Amino acid sequence: MTPALELTGIKKSFDGVIALDGAVFAAKSGEVHALLGENGAGKSSLMNIAAGFYVPDTGTVAIHGEAVALSGPADARARGIGMVHQHFKLVKPFTVAENILLANPRRHFRSGIRDIRDGVREQAAQLGFDIDPDRRVEDLTVAEQQQVEIIKVLLGGAKILILDEPTAVLTDVEAERLLETVRRLAQSGVAVVLVTHKLHEVKRYADAVTIMRGGRTVATADPRVASAAELTELTVGQTAPLPDRTERPLGTTLLNVGALHCARSDGQVMVADTSFFVRAGEIYGLAGVSGNGQAELAEALIGARQPLSGEIWLEGPGDIGAAPAAIRREAGLAAIPADRYAFALAGSLSIADNFAVATIESGCYGPPWLIDRAAIRRDASEAITAYDVQGVRSVGQKAALLSGGNAQKLVIAREFSRQPTVVVAHSPSRGLDVRACAAVHERLLAARDRGAAVVLISEDLDEILALSDRIGVMTRGRIVAEFNRPADRQEIGRAMVDHA
Amino acid sequence: MQDFLINWLANVPGTAAPYAFAALGLIISERSGVLNLTAEGLMLVGAVAGVGTCLTIGNHPLVALVVAMLAASIVSLLFASLVVILRVNQVIAGLSVVFFCQGLTGLIGTLANWQNHPIAGLNKIAIWPLSDIPVIGRILFVQDPIVYLAIPIFFAVSIFLRGSMLGLKLRAVGENPAAADAAGLSVSLYRIGAIVVGSSLLGLAGGYISVVSVKLWITGMVGGRGWIAVALVVFARWAPWPALAGALLFGCIEGVVPRIAAAGIRAPQYLVLMTPYLATLAVMIWVGARNRGHQGEPGALGQPHVREERR
Repeated sequence: MTPALELTGIKKSFDGVIALDGAVFAAKSGEVHALLGENGAGKSSLMNIAAGFYVPDTGTVAIHGEAVALSGPADARARGIGMVHQHFKLVKPFTVAENILLANPRRHFRSGIRDIRDGVREQAAQLGFDIDPDRRVEDLTVAEQQQVEIIKVLLGGAKILILDEPTAVLTDVEAERLLETVRRLAQSGVAVVLVTHKLHEVKRYADAVTIMRGGRTVATADPRVASAAELTELTVGQTAPLPDRTERPLGTTLLNVGALHCARSDGQVMVADTSFFVRAGEIYGLAGVSGNGQAELAEALIGARQPLSGEIWLEGPGDIGAAPAAIRREAGLAAIPADRYAFALAGSLSIADNFAVATIESGCYGPPWLIDRAAIRRDASEAITAYDVQGVRSVGQKAALLSGGNAQKLVIAREFSRQPTVVVAHSPSRGLDVRACAAVHERLLAARDRGAAVVLISEDLDEILALSDRIGVMTRGRIVAEFNRPADRQEIGRAMVDHA
Repeated sequence: MQDFLINWLANVPGTAAPYAFAALGLIISERSGVLNLTAEGLMLVGAVAGVGTCLTIGNHPLVALVVAMLAASIVSLLFASLVVILRVNQVIAGLSVVFFCQGLTGLIGTLANWQNHPIAGLNKIAIWPLSDIPVIGRILFVQDPIVYLAIPIFFAVSIFLRGSMLGLKLRAVGENPAAADAAGLSVSLYRIGAIVVGSSLLGLAGGYISVVSVKLWITGMVGGRGWIAVALVVFARWAPWPALAGALLFGCIEGVVPRIAAAGIRAPQYLVLMTPYLATLAVMIWVGARNRGHQGEPGALGQPHVREERR
């Protein structure tokens, strides 16, 4: 059987940096074909070529055995290739129907909208989605927006469906539902390409897996035969060892949160009467199902949200609950927020500027009217080397050009370059691959060993268990249970559920 | 007093028309995501082209207005290539086009000796018998043809934006060019098209001032109306009908200025002349104070689009 989609000898470079170096890929109709690899391995670039967004420097794209030169995304769609991007390509103020009409144009607007509405209802019913075609996209949840993207692609008649890290933005339950749907789609004869770096998804839902590393295809395997260890080794190159934990005596309390209450912007109280303390040389893990007030708590701690009442006490300045973020930073608080581009990086500024913004206030780069830009560039370059931020052509390039993992490393490089005494990290490894994840964990442990107090808020229980000295379980805005290391996974799970 | 009111209101459509056309033209181009500050300049181009046509081929005002539209569209290609192809900062490009046009129209007017030569222009027509209705007749049904034309044009643009495939695509380009690109649209082509078509309305607005209202070319005669139109678009939240309402409001303010002197009311002249700009300022402050600064604003306004940029 000829593959539905076949890519051979694909090379592509962006401004001289090689993203793809002779990559090959082939997916058959009726299978879920996973494309596995670390951040920056070239998965997204390769699939963007398949979907007509990028033009390869060399190499061929063949659809059902026929070599094609795709002139653009519309051409790819006409040939039955549809891609759901990691960052959705939806027009937020438009309704669902308008968005789908935009991608699948009809001759007339009004009859087109009616036609699309019927199509959406039918397709949504088939897939088991609950989507109202007349709602505005900006009012939908992320999971619903993704469903709109999938319906959009299928209504366009796609026989080859490319999903770029579809579960990165979803909760576990949503992700499971999506992947079940994807399996059913494959059974109906669609070739599904699942771009991911999550091994368990590959093991559970894929019929075949192609592994990429450094812009090349390293192997194609049957995920039901290959062991997880084998796949990991192929993905990472050599398996990254777990960082060593040394037991250290605990110091004095550096951060104390007392009876903290926080509300969401719409007034809903999300953090209710939360109290905990963190000592020097300790990692305090906060586990819990996403949406139980972790985001609001993290924002309150880093100074991005005003608490309603309660105390956030830092060694040194004392209660800083209502104080601006600058005061916390001066007191040595480092923030690694979950949403890097909302709270930690200015995408359109250079890497050097993003690096310097944390310390420039202190005057270490000269007075405001005479900034020493050479020193900023020098320090940024040093930090980039020290923290292994990759994909940097120059420190003058935009931070938005970094891949997710490297952007996170840049945040960490900036925050840790000041030797913080208190670290607040919220989902620090979200969206990162194995190696980047290990690097982040290593940094957090190093900060703890240096005597910093670390608050680790994460929905990933494995991460919490691997790193924390003490674990609090957060449910409905309260800390409902606390465990000391070594904690029992089952017990923590029970605490999360019991109080929900 | 009644005469004062009727005279004043009868004048309003004529003073409002340039604002209305200019704002509509700006809405078309800004809905595609291009921040367009060229209004003042392209209106001058339309104005000089209109009068020039009448002085050259004889008094054919409708031909003159078409030439005005074409002239503005052609000059707008300069702006389009600057911002869409070369991706120059849209504010800088807009301002430089205004200065370029101010110089160019002044030069052409002087070289061709079109300065201060009155033309017959376009006159008002009375729609009988509606024009004989007391009060309302003189205000609504004794106007020039272009004012009447404004109504179907507004309907057409409004339907185009809200309920046509092309309008949907144009708005998508302005809201989220990456999504439009993914849908297979050429962002550059749509933006160039929107600038050129929108600019033809700016040319019409300028031509209206010189051919229909003043019936004369004077260097710099647009006199800031283009800038007011830019503000009007923000006030109207990029929607055609509110823009028409805003144009009428400014038409009222501008129309009252000469009436006040004619009615023998004594007021400091410069203070009176200042009112349109004062009103603009007031409107902008009001819009700002409502704290809905970005509502209705096209999502990608002022942002150039490049496809092969990783994020």
